[in-house]
Amino acid sequence: MSEFIYLLRNVTKVYDGRCVLRVDYLGIRQGEIFAVVGPSGAGKSTLLRLLNFLEPPTTGHIRFLDAEFNPVQPMPLELRRRVTTVFQRPVLLDRSVWANVTYGLWLRGQRDSDALVRAVLDQVGLEALAHHRARTLSGGEAQRVALARAMVLQPDVLLLDEPTANLDPYNVGLIEDIVRTLNRDHGVTVVLVTHNVFQARRLAHRAALLLGGELIEVAEAEVFFQSPRDPRTKAFVRGEMVY
Amino acid sequence: MWQSLVRAIYLILTRDAALMEIVALSLRVTGTALLCSTILGIPLGVFLGLKRFIGRRMVIALMYTGMGFPPVVVGLFVYMLLSRSGPLGRLGWPIIPSLFTPAAMVVAQTIIAFPMVAGFTMAAVMSVDPGLRQQVQALGATPWQTALTILLEARIGVITSIIAGFGSIISEVGAVMMVGGNIEHSTRVLTTAIVLETSKGDFSLAMALGLILLGLAFVTNLAMLRFQGRALDR
Repeated sequence: MSEFIYLLRNVTKVYDGRCVLRVDYLGIRQGEIFAVVGPSGAGKSTLLRLLNFLEPPTTGHIRFLDAEFNPVQPMPLELRRRVTTVFQRPVLLDRSVWANVTYGLWLRGQRDSDALVRAVLDQVGLEALAHHRARTLSGGEAQRVALARAMVLQPDVLLLDEPTANLDPYNVGLIEDIVRTLNRDHGVTVVLVTHNVFQARRLAHRAALLLGGELIEVAEAEVFFQSPRDPRTKAFVRGEMVY
Repeated sequence: MWQSLVRAIYLILTRDAALMEIVALSLRVTGTALLCSTILGIPLGVFLGLKRFIGRRMVIALMYTGMGFPPVVVGLFVYMLLSRSGPLGRLGWPIIPSLFTPAAMVVAQTIIAFPMVAGFTMAAVMSVDPGLRQQVQALGATPWQTALTILLEARIGVITSIIAGFGSIISEVGAVMMVGGNIEHSTRVLTTAIVLETSKGDFSLAMALGLILLGLAFVTNLAMLRFQGRALDR
């Protein structure tokens, strides 16, 4: 099997006649934390939707494990369920924290997972709030519920779409620690989309700059953040405005 | 007036046989029509709330028109369909109800209530945060599981749609009078009996029927509110 869990070739995504994403080639390695940085509107969230198989590419192919995902070939449900996303703005069910966390298990028909759910709630620091109504939680707590409901599914790939935007430093630190643990101890491949260069630097093994829907540079984290080749990457990691 | 009211209460308390027969038929016809409207209306409401397709606006416009349909026009429409010379009546199939039967009244009331249930369900589904759909799909939901989840999130609005459907038919008189004929021991329901007894000058019976109609509507709505549960108090 390839070292890549994902392999994208000639992928484009077009909305209303406008191409918002064009990736000629991109491989994401199994077990790595791969950060995609770029300004708002660069196509980062679109890329994540394709990687979660929520919508097909307009053209091109995405290979995931041994399966092919393209405009005419959907991803089989069993494989689709090995990937999940934590979004920037979590939308929780109007039920308890416990019901939210067990929701994905319920979808899969898994009923006897109480011990796992308790362990995950403990890990994200929400065990005491398990029976609280999810919509009464603060932003940071809600995001931790979103992370917990993804974690109980024990995915092969965790996609994070600006997971700590608008959160306080305590919650940012907590979520980053959990992501590191998932990757290090459980081998979960993480794709992190963020405009926060510092967070990408703290977490990523490799990073990519996405600009105007196109991949500008993909490199190991050390190279990407310290000696990038492309002047636009240099400018972005220095914190300058790049369009 | 007081005399009529006292007699009305007496008829209710003594469970007058004629009165009970009318009440039972009313509940049977309205209950069956509401069940049919719910079975048809909720899936259509969810579909219209979630799917985008060519002609959707036209379907919604037709549904909104249906929500404002005068019951007497629905009665006329069903009458023409089911009469012996009508397009359905002339077929003579056993599955097609005959005019002046409770089944014909169920058909008319279903047509009245169904757009209400579908319309309010659609509005409830559309009021659910659009981000939820993508997030439940990202957690591995199939299209059916996604629709069910959104329906459950919209449950307060969906129960409101059933209450609205019930309200539109329990007190309706035009359509059931036209297709049922208000036949004693056969198709006489609360509303048609009130019209008849008032025209005969038997205000006590009419008032007793009116009180029961009000009471039924109140108790049924109370029960449905219970279904909405604690969510309503949040």
